[in-house]
This record gives sequence, C-alpha cells and structure tokens, in this order.
Amino acid sequence: MKPLTNLSLRWKIPLRVMFAVLGTAFLITTALLVKDYEEMRANLERNARSLGSLLANTLISPVLHDDVWRAFEILRSVRIEEVPAMSDAASPLLLVIDKERRIFVANEPRRYPLGALVDELRGDVGQMAKQVKWEGNAQQQSITVPESNTLFVISPLVTDGEALGHVVLGYATTAILPHYRELVLRAFWITCLAMLFILPVSWIWARRTAEPLLALASAMRHVPDRLTEAEQAALPESGDEIGQLSAAFRRMIAELKLKQELEEQMVVSERLAAIGRLTAGIAHEINNPLGGMLTAVKTWQKHGEHDPIAAQTVSLLERGLTQIRNTVAALLVETKLQDRSLEPADLEDIYLLVEGEVHARHVTLQIDSNLSAPLPLPATPIRQILLNLILNAIAASPPNGIIAVAVQCTESRHLLLSVCNDGDPIPENQMAYLFEPFATQRKEGHGLGLWVVYQLVKQLNGGLSVESHSGRTCFLVEIPYALPD
Amino acid sequence: MKNDPAINTDMAAAPFSRRTALKALFAQAVGLSFPLPGHSSVDAPLRIGLTPVFLDDQIGFLTHWREWLERKLGQRVQFVQRGSYREVIELLRTSKIDFAWLCGYPYVRYRDELRLVAVPLWRGEPTYYSYLIVDRSQPQLRRLTNLRRKVFAYSDPDSNSGFLYPQYAIAQSGENPAKFFARTFFTWAHRKVIEAVAAGLAAGGAVDGYVWEMLAEIHPQLVQGTQIIERSPPFGFPPFVANKNIPEALETRFRTALLNMADDANGAQLLRLLRLDGFTTADDTLYDSIAWMAAYLNLPRT
Repeated sequence: MKPLTNLSLRWKIPLRVMFAVLGTAFLITTALLVKDYEEMRANLERNARSLGSLLANTLISPVLHDDVWRAFEILRSVRIEEVPAMSDAASPLLLVIDKERRIFVANEPRRYPLGALVDELRGDVGQMAKQVKWEGNAQQQSITVPESNTLFVISPLVTDGEALGHVVLGYATTAILPHYRELVLRAFWITCLAMLFILPVSWIWARRTAEPLLALASAMRHVPDRLTEAEQAALPESGDEIGQLSAAFRRMIAELKLKQELEEQMVVSERLAAIGRLTAGIAHEINNPLGGMLTAVKTWQKHGEHDPIAAQTVSLLERGLTQIRNTVAALLVETKLQDRSLEPADLEDIYLLVEGEVHARHVTLQIDSNLSAPLPLPATPIRQILLNLILNAIAASPPNGIIAVAVQCTESRHLLLSVCNDGDPIPENQMAYLFEPFATQRKEGHGLGLWVVYQLVKQLNGGLSVESHSGRTCFLVEIPYALPD
Repeated sequence: MKNDPAINTDMAAAPFSRRTALKALFAQAVGLSFPLPGHSSVDAPLRIGLTPVFLDDQIGFLTHWREWLERKLGQRVQFVQRGSYREVIELLRTSKIDFAWLCGYPYVRYRDELRLVAVPLWRGEPTYYSYLIVDRSQPQLRRLTNLRRKVFAYSDPDSNSGFLYPQYAIAQSGENPAKFFARTFFTWAHRKVIEAVAAGLAAGGAVDGYVWEMLAEIHPQLVQGTQIIERSPPFGFPPFVANKNIPEALETRFRTALLNMADDANGAQLLRLLRLDGFTTADDTLYDSIAWMAAYLNLPRT
C-alpha cells in the first residue's frame, strides 16, 4: 500500500484514469452481456412456445390417424434455423406423447423409443414428466429441469375439445452458450478495439492533467534555498485551482525573496551601525589623549630647546599624530548641520576637482543634472558623497570607460544621485562588506571612501543602494529634503 | 397436376371407345405406323399410375421418361402419383387411369379386373426380393425372431415386399403377425422404411430389395444405417398392368413401347437410370407365390 501512496502523480493520475476507463468498459460490457443473455433466454422460451403450438396444430392429424411416420417427418422437418440463438450442434428434443403418456414419436427415437412411458424414463424427461400437470390443462407449460439446464415447453394436442396428447420441446439452455460465448468474444474484441483508441488518449490527457502539478511540485523543491530558480520555473498559467495555486506560489516566492533581501540588508546595516558605534567610541577615546599630545608637541615646538635631533623627532611625532587624527576624523564622520545650501555650482566644482583624475585615467565623465536652484540640503556632505563615489567609479572604470553621474530632485522632494561606471561588477562576496571601513580590495586608497559615504547618507536620513551587473555598476543615493518654511 | 383424372374421369369413361376408334381411323388415313405427337397431344392423355415400387420421387427422371413415352406412343402421357398403393389401385379399377406400375400383391388380388402388360427385368430376371432390414446400431438383431416386441416399419399395406411377405414370414415361424411386434407403422414408401430404420425410429423394416439396392448405389448414405438380415425367395417383379376395359390396341401399343425400350438409345439410357435391363412379357403364374401367401394369411387363425 505504501509504495502506491508514494507513487508520483505522474503515474498515479494516468493509472487511476486507466483503471476508471477499464472499469467502466468492463461494467458496461458486463451489463450489456447480462441483458443479452436474459434476452436470449427469453427469446428461446418465446420461440419454443410458438414452435410448440405450431407443432401441436400440425401434429393433430398424424396423431389422430396413428401415422407415426408422418409425425416423425414433421418433427424431422424442424430445422435448427427455426430456433435462433442456438448453436448448430444442439437441436431441440421433440417428443409427441399420447393420451396414455407413452411416446408416440420422438425426433431422437433411439433415446426415446416408441411406446415408452414418459413417467418411467430416466433423466430430465422423467423429471419433467413428474412436474407437468398432464390432466385437464389446455395451456402451454414451461418447465426447467435445473440439473440438466433443460427448458421444456409442453403444448397440448387438442382437437374438438378432446386431448390427444402433448408435444414436448426440450431445449438445453446450455446450447445458447456457444452462441453466447461468441457474443462475449465479440464484445471483448470490440471493447479492446475501443480501448486501443481510448486508453492512449486518456493516458495523454491524464498526463497533461498531472503536468501542472508536477511543475508546481518541482518548483516548490527549490524553496527556500534557491528562490531565483523557483521564481523562474515555468508554472501553469490558468484560471483553475492549479493556476491559482501557481499564482499564490509566485506571490509567496516574491515575498520570501523580499524578506530574504530585507534580512540581508538588515544584517548589513546592523553591522555597519555597530561598526559606526565602535569606531565613534574608539575615536572619542583616541581624540582626547590625541588632542593633549598634539598640544604638547605644539607647546614643545614653541617653547622647547631647539635641539635639531629632538626637533626632528618631535616633527616625526607630530606627523604621526596628525595622521592618526585624520584617520580618526575620517572614521568619525560628522555632518555639520549648519552649512550652506547645495547649489548647481557645486556640481561644476566637483567636475573641476576630479578633472585631473579623469584625464589621467582616460575616461569620460558625464554629469547630468536638473538642479536649477539651491536645495535645502547641506552642500559639504553632498559634495563629499559625490566626490567619493565618482573617484571610486573612475578607479573601477576601464580605460576609455564612461562614468555617468545623474543628479535629480524629484517632486516628492528627494535628491537622487546616481553614479554608474562600466567596469567589472563587484564580486558577490564583497557586496555584504562593501560599506565597511578598510574593506577595500584595491591596492591604493585606505578603504574609507564608501564608509564615509554611508555615514553621511545615514546622517542625512537617506538611502543607499548598489546595483552591479555585468558591464554596469551603479551606486544610488536618495536623500529627502524639506522646503524651508 | 393440371388435369386431375379423378375429376374428369366420369365423363371420360363413356366416350372412350369412340375416341379410340377415331384415333385408329386417323392412323389409317395418314398411313403412318404411329400418329404424330402434335395431333394426338390435343387428345386426352394416356394416364399411367405410379407407385413407390421404384424411386418415384425423381421428378427430373419422370419428365424425361414421360417425354420418351409421348414420342413413342404419339400421345400425351400423364403420370399419376398418389400417397398410397390403394389410391392408385382404386383409380385403376374405376378406369380413371389406364395403366399402372403396381406391386404384385394388389395385382393378384384384382387379377380378374386387370391385365398384365409387361414385367421389368432386374438383373436379368423378372423377379425381385423382399429385404428384412434392421437398425445397424443394434447388432444383436440377426434374424426375424429377434425383432419380437420391437417397433417395425412396413412400407404399404398393399405392398408384397413391404408388408405381405414379412407377415407371411412371421406366420411361418408360428407367430401371430398382428401381435409379434410391439408397434408397427406404415411409411407409404420403401425409401422411407429405410430412413425410419436408419434413424432408429423402427428397429426393423421390410423393403423392396430392388429399391434398397438402387438406393445403395445412388444414395449410399441412406442405406448405411441399415443392415439386411434376411432376403426373401424371388417374387414376380412389380408389373405394369392395364385396366381390363382399355382397348386392346392401346394396351399393345404401350406394351410394345415398353418391350422395345431396351433397344432404343434413349430408352436404354432411361432404363439404366432405373437400374433395369428392360421389360418382358411374363406368364400370370409368376405371381402365384404372392397369391399363395395372401391366401395363407387370410386363413382363420387361432
């Protein structure tokens, strides 16, 4: 039972359909055959009765005149063709019985000799004789002897109200069996022929019914590990339940994917936030002694003895401490809220700032802007964001590459910045750590550019995203602004 | 049959002599030894009664024989067949037919009313036999006495071979022929006696030996189921007889036709089909043995 339950619908549905088709064919054929048998049987009796009364009429004169030979000739003339549904081999038994219940004549004289008393006969005729009402019965009687499956029809020979005897017709009802067997065989072959056409059609039809379910099931096997493949699977498009199921499945996949992306983003931003808090804490802890140390260096330079070796050492200390301060300052990005607004001219400044680098790398920089008036956003961080992104793009761009920068303010009061280059895509395994400090894979640069961009965008309550496909990598920044009252 | 002699014989009986006379006159006037068929066929036909002393159910053969006779006699010929010997005998005795092929037994009974015309030759002799046949599937039946209390088939109560002789044989063995068998019946034809015995309807039967032998030749499957257990002594073959009242000339003409049949090419062919060698004239005494048997059986019995 178990293997059957576990069988794939690919087989289960067609097999069930086959079973249903075969079962139906079997039942219908059986019902028809049973009906045919009943009809044959009824026909046999009807025939026997009509033949019996015909013989009874014909035999009156020979019996009346004691003409055994003519009676025999009449019985002999009953051809088997007059008895439909009987096989040729089995002719009916015909007996003429006189008033004394002796056999007047029979069509099988060897078995039923002339003058024999029917009551004394052995076998089915004797059994029949015991059941027949011989006296005063002018009606035909039908008697079946079950032991030999023989149907007897007894017709009285009556002339002028006087009973002369009886005509007995005996049909072996098994004699219709060969004919019936032929019928069954024919029905079997016809059914087989019909099945030959119906079965392949139903098989294909059943397979087609199973197919959408199978497609859905195979798509489901990709969940939850390979959502993209599950999303791309060819699912049935139809209005029926399977179609609805597919649609629901698609929605589920889309939501799962969204959830997965959100989770990934959350992990990234939580990590970045943690790094931010950590770096801010460290920066503060470093800044306090650093300030003291730099002040001490300054004080020594101003008031100390000017020993050349000491001065050289202090200068080395000063440069080192300054580098620490710069690095800490870069880690600890802080936006000054009091700043001038962003103006179109800022974009031109940026162009000027990177022009040297553009020429050195032989790339083309296109800046497309719809900025026409100052925006209520601080100019410095925006400039820093753009500058960092463009410098990154130039570094990632191949020679003769194109860097496309777009600056747009939307009606929903968002500033959209996009910086795209046509260099190699960012490898998948770097994506998660892209904005983390010192995460760079490049030789040059200190790996703080994107960290700064990230910190600035966050502080401006904006959003940041990266799209990196083959041949095109875009950084998208979206920063909301409010109009001054 | 279009012209039923039974209907128009009453009229035919009276003008008979006149018609024959006219015919004779006509024959003289034209100067021919026999009249033209075309002329005579307008006359009343020559009526010949047939009985199942031979296989009278071969319609094709009868047509050819009738046409042959018409050519030879120069007169239309009509064969008259009836269900039993008795009906044919009655037709002959009442002059409703002119000739008949009868069994020897009715001939001896009505000898003074009839005239012997010709006797067939079978196997070179004007005699035949009665065969006592039994159901071949009952091999214990080897002689007549084995048939006691059995069912027996006779052909016709007016038949010598199919009734008179077996009755005589039973009487000869000291039994009462009326009580010897359990049941008897008539089939009204020798051929049907054979069929009845072969089918097992009767355990035994008596048949014309000539008919049995002929059937054995042309329908062997019919006689296969039967076995001959006794043959009678020879009896006079069923003869062609004439009503005593018919003109001598007509009788002579018919006799001549039959006697010359073997010499005629077509006639000989017809005879071959009948398995006969020809016809002969025979003395009346040929049938005395039949007459004696009839007389023997008519003796009062205790």
